[in-house]
Formats: sequence, C-alpha cells, structure tokens
Amino acid sequence: MLQVQGLVNRFGTQVVHDGLDMEVRADEVFGIVGGSGAGKSVLLRTILGLQRPIAGVVRIDGGDITRMSGAQLRSVKAHYGVTFQAGALYTGLTVLQNVQLPMIEHLELERSALQELALLRIRLVGLPAEAARKYPAELSGGMVKRAALARALALDPRLLFLDEPTSGLDPVSAAAFDELVLYLQKQLRLTIVMITHDLDSIFRTCNRVGVIVDGRMESDTLQRIVDHPHPWIRAYFHGERARARRGAAHGA
Amino acid sequence: MSLEVRRTDEGLELELTGEWVAQRVPAIESGLAAVDLAAARQVSIATQRLSALDLSGAWALRQLLSRARAAGVAVSFRGPPPDQLRLLEEILADTSPAGASAASGPPARQPLTAIGRNAVLAGRDLLQGLAFVGRASTTLLRGLARPRRLRPISIARHVYDTGLTAVPIVALIAFLISVIIAYMSAKQLRGLGADIYVVDLVAIGVLRELGVLLTSIIVAGRSGSAFAAELGSMRLNEEVDALIATGVDPFEVLVLPRVLGLTIALPLLTIIADLTGLTGGALLCRYLLDMPLTQYASRVTEAIASTTFWVGLVKAPVFAVLIALAGCYRGLQVRESARELGRLVTVAVVQAIFCVILADALFAVLFMEMDV
Repeated sequence: MLQVQGLVNRFGTQVVHDGLDMEVRADEVFGIVGGSGAGKSVLLRTILGLQRPIAGVVRIDGGDITRMSGAQLRSVKAHYGVTFQAGALYTGLTVLQNVQLPMIEHLELERSALQELALLRIRLVGLPAEAARKYPAELSGGMVKRAALARALALDPRLLFLDEPTSGLDPVSAAAFDELVLYLQKQLRLTIVMITHDLDSIFRTCNRVGVIVDGRMESDTLQRIVDHPHPWIRAYFHGERARARRGAAHGA
Repeated sequence: MSLEVRRTDEGLELELTGEWVAQRVPAIESGLAAVDLAAARQVSIATQRLSALDLSGAWALRQLLSRARAAGVAVSFRGPPPDQLRLLEEILADTSPAGASAASGPPARQPLTAIGRNAVLAGRDLLQGLAFVGRASTTLLRGLARPRRLRPISIARHVYDTGLTAVPIVALIAFLISVIIAYMSAKQLRGLGADIYVVDLVAIGVLRELGVLLTSIIVAGRSGSAFAAELGSMRLNEEVDALIATGVDPFEVLVLPRVLGLTIALPLLTIIADLTGLTGGALLCRYLLDMPLTQYASRVTEAIASTTFWVGLVKAPVFAVLIALAGCYRGLQVRESARELGRLVTVAVVQAIFCVILADALFAVLFMEMDV
C-alpha cells in the first residue's frame, strides 16, 4: 500500500532521515512513534508530497510520488485522506463546507448529492447533524478532530493519515476517538497510518508500529517492538508512564 | 458501464458492475437515473460482479432503493445485500430533522431588518472604537508615570520596521510626485511667463500637504496593514489570550509600542519626503526650466513662510496615531477565522487612509482660521 525506501532528508547540516525504510500493508493500522524532533512530521510531509526528499522513494499504490508530475500527484491525492494535528479545518467555512470542499474539487456531483454525501460523512464520524452548520471556531477540541476526520474521509479513501489524532483530547474522548478509528478501519476497510505520542492510543489501535530512531525506522508488530533492545524504544515503552499504563491494563 | 439492466416478465434485473466508488458517482448516478422503474413490479439486484463498493457507491445504490420504495416496487438482492449498505443504514438510522435544517442555512434577511441591524452594528462599532482609544490613552498615561513600562526596545523595533525600512519607497514616491507637480505646472505657467512660480508650487505643495499626506498613505498601506495582520494572527493563535492570562496588558505590550513607534517614525519619514520632494523639484527646474540651482534655492526660501514646514510636519504625529490605532484596533478584533483576518486588515487600511484624509481636511480648515 505504502512503501518508503532509503529516505534521506536534511536541513542544512542537520540530518533528519538517513536511509529510512517503512512499509505499510493493506488493512492495517500502522503507528509512527518517535521523539520530538525525530522527524515524524517531516516523514508525513514527505509522504504527502508537501516536501521533496533529498533521496529515496515513496510509493503509494505502487507509484513513486517523488517523481510524479503535479497532475499525477493530484490524482494520487484523491485516494488518501489526511488529518492534521490541529485539525486544519478551513476557518472560513462551516463543517459541512469543509467536508464538501474535496468533493467539489475532485468529483463532479450535483448539489443535492454533494449535500447528502457530506452529511453522511459527518454522521459517520459521530458528529451531530447540527454541527454541520457550525464554524470550526464553535466546535470543541474533540469535535474539531472528528470534523477533520470527516473531511479526510470525503473522497472515500483507502488510505488515511492521522497526525496526532488524540493529542489535546481528554482520555475519555481520546478513547472514543480510537474506537471510532477502529470502527471505521473495519467497516470501510481502511489502511491507517497514524503518528502518535499516545501510548494508550497505540495499544488500542495499532497492529504494527514503526519507531524513528537515529534517522531510521525500526518497525515490527506491537508485541515485538515493545521488546526491541534500542535504548530509546525501551525507554519509550518501558518508562514510567508506560509501566503505569501496563500495570493498569494487567490489573483490570 | 456501471450497470446492466435486463427486463424480465416480473420486472427489472439490475447487475452492478465495475467500481462503485466516490470517483465514479456522477457516472453511476446518471446510469441509475436512466433506469425506468415505472413499468416494473419488482427489481432484483445482483452485486456479485462489483469489483469495489465504497460508502459513496453504497449511497448511490441506496438512492435507487428509496426511489424504488417510493414507487412501490419490491426490491430484492440476489445473494446477501452488501455490507456497506448495512453500514449506511446504521449511520443514517437516527435521521433527525436537524439534518434537513442543516441544509437550509441562515434565514434570508429582510431589507428593513438589515438596515436596522447595520445601524446598530455601526453604532456599536463606533462605541467600541472610542473605548479602544480611551484604553490606549489611559495606558499611555500610566506608562508616562513609569517610563520603563513604555517598552523602549519594542518601540525602537517599530520605529525601525515602520520607519527605516520605508525610507526608500517614501523617498522615491515623494521625488516622483514633486517631479509630476513641477512638470505639470511648468507647462501651464510657461505660457504666462511665470516659470518661477513652479518653485512656489512645488515647495509649498510638498511641504504643506503632499509630503506628509503621501507618506501617511504609504505608511497606512505598509504598516497599518502589518499591525492589523500581526495582531490578528496573534489573536487567532491565542497569543493575545496568553498575554492576558499571564497578567500582561496587551495594550501595554502590543498597542502602545506600535502607536508610539509610528508616532516617532512618521514625522521622520515626512522630513525625508520633504527633502526628496524639494530635490526632485530642483532637478526638474534645473533641467526643464534651465533654472540655476542657486536661483531655485533662493526662490524656495522666498516662497515659503517660516511656518510652512511646520504646518506640514505637525500633522505627521496625528496621522501616525490614527493609522496605528486603526491597525491595532482592527487587528485585535479578529476572531475565529482566516477570512475575518483578511476582512479586518482591509478595513484597517481603508479606515486609516480615510481618517488621515479627513483629519487633513480638518487641519486645512483649522490652519486657514489660524491664518498660517
């Protein structure tokens, strides 16, 4: 579904990615983990074609997006959905219009069909229908995340990128959001790539996890990556917070 | 083709084929629209040959089903109905009227209500503007008592941003404007043999009015918009709220340094505009009218009264305050959206220029009454 090979990204003398490989298989939830500044966002921006890498290959559905023309890239973009960390909803448009925008750009639908398909997305992510009329500034944090998800699903993508989907949410909302992601993944047979810091979220949703360390990625199933010998990965999965979380899980 | 239709004795057999996905919805819809349900008593749908069905495709299929149901036609699936259809029903199960009203948008405004609403809004805007000026003034008075609170470093930065970096454009425009006046008046006055009065026109025009007015308009466009955009995006980013929450008065750290900075920068820019304006006039007189520079200089000193320069310059700080206040006021009004930011930056610049010209008109009347 998605392959990254030998990715190199540098800013001046600072090396962010140094031969990073990553593979995401169809129908899985793949978590990307890494310390602050490890290059998670740069990786996502590279995959989305927002930034050209110095070297390396990014294949989405087989095509290498780093060598694509603008028009080719545009058609690839119609096949995946993205949510950004802060939602990135268009503040001047209502939620409904936000969801409709990609549809208007990529599909030639009639007004009524556009309306109904957009409302369908809004209900799909569990937002009340009244939310459709609201502007992003009138929504709570959790609703913004859901609205962003509805917009990401506007074109019925097979591949979905979520950048820190649960950051800034309370644990209950975060859990509900994870549930939603899992539900959508199953029902719509999505492949999901998720950048996250939230250990709970990783344990709840991810099948496989890739950890960015030293400019490369160590990826494996969740069970196996937890026992990876790399010191940062150990610290991440076996630190104070992780222990507390696991203790709670075992106790329950 | 996304659809094959066969007619049988009992009704229609629909065979769905190919990809029923979002990208193909327009084609699917037109295919479905062509299906004539009128003659049929029942419809049987086969989905086995579908290679893909996503939510949008399922929605199109559901549209057909509800159309059939409305026409009183029985629908059956050969084989199990697709999962996506069940998911769709699940999502749409709690159809509430809110969904329909979401479609209809805000109610159309009556013209009379619109007039009233706008009048109230304009009045409120005026009051808020006055309140803003009031707060800025009291903050200034408090600052004067304790000068360190006036943030000299911040003021210096704004003098640099609004003043020093504007020097080239202000100088260039003042130069060109004086050339235009000199050229235009030289043509008219030469016929009367009154070439020498070109110098009067340039000197008095630039020093009294045009130097300060043009500089103010340039600065309103450059810095008034910058103030509004800067403060507006700080608002969107909740930086202003962060300041207030830490107990810092945004008037003290954001508004006042900008107002004071511009009040220092604009008179300085005006002096530069006056100088380059006179230089432009001199060059034109020298090369177009063959007037020696010494004659130009002595004519300038004869033409202007001792007050002419100051009459122009005294307006500069007033204009600066107007521009800075308009920019800051509109910037801090930004709420919620990027569109609002754009609108208010526009309003800031338009109002700044309007206020400057209005004030200039009032000054003209005032100076005439004072006989200077």
